[in-house]
Amino acid sequence: MPIVEIVFYLFSAVLVVSALSVVTSGNPIYSVLFLVLAFFSAACIWMLLEAEFLAIVLVLVYVGAVMVLFLFVVMMLDVNVTPMKEGFARYLPVGLLVALAMAAQMFMVIWTRGLETQPLPDPRPADYSHTRELGEWLFTHYIYAFEIAAVILLVAIIAAISLTHRRRPGTRYQDPAEQVKIRRQERVRLVKMPSERTGEG
Amino acid sequence: MLAEYFPILVFLAVSTGMGVVLLLAGGILGPRNPDSEKLSPYECGFEAFEDSRMKFDVRFYLVAILFIIFDLEIAFLFPWAVVLDTIGTTGLVAMGVFLLILVIGFVYEWKKGALEWE
Repeated sequence: MPIVEIVFYLFSAVLVVSALSVVTSGNPIYSVLFLVLAFFSAACIWMLLEAEFLAIVLVLVYVGAVMVLFLFVVMMLDVNVTPMKEGFARYLPVGLLVALAMAAQMFMVIWTRGLETQPLPDPRPADYSHTRELGEWLFTHYIYAFEIAAVILLVAIIAAISLTHRRRPGTRYQDPAEQVKIRRQERVRLVKMPSERTGEG
Repeated sequence: MLAEYFPILVFLAVSTGMGVVLLLAGGILGPRNPDSEKLSPYECGFEAFEDSRMKFDVRFYLVAILFIIFDLEIAFLFPWAVVLDTIGTTGLVAMGVFLLILVIGFVYEWKKGALEWE
């Protein structure tokens, strides 16, 4: 099937170029947008492996939600390009060290396992449902891992709230419930007064 | 299965091509004679008060992260709904426990006031 191969190489090329651009582009906003493109290309490659549910979840969760988060983080970092470049020489040794460590790790993985090639899985029959197969494995064999995922999400909720949520005592805001509950008697007082003649001035 | 996604591929190709053509056409055909006044930023007639790249309030971050967590929860519900007829009571109980744990988190964030926008 040559068209599948053409599409695969196309998306792989986009993925590699956009992943490189994430690292090399000077503006953090551009980096984040290139990261979106990289996620999207990866999702397309997963789709070529007929993992449709995973591909769509990658787009939904990573491209939709995580990128919102990344953009917020980038914006909170006070995006000014010039002061960011100032510390370049100062951070260079640490950066080189981290880069070397990562390169060594990759090298060791390739060294021990070699550049193995996996044959492509056979094309699935037309009624094959990836979502169904994934669900059957997830809710029978991997129930324990699935419940652990729930606990991890709970930890994430509590951590996010306790790290970033704080009361703002001074702020004034409207409470619609209180506004609706108000009675006329609490706000308006009718005073009966005898009418009186105004004197001439 | 892949054949069903072919229209989406065509759609991607057409929209990419359309975007490239529109940008190129605008770049080639449009008149362009900039001067320093045209290129300088303006803000409705007066000088700009401050830099537009300001820091965001951390509350947006909290809303985004809570959204992601419940987004993930929904992503788990889809395969569960598809296979509900074969996994039986086990799957039902498993999802019940999963949702219970997340509802604890939901009650926590509600009571803590993280959903309030003061």
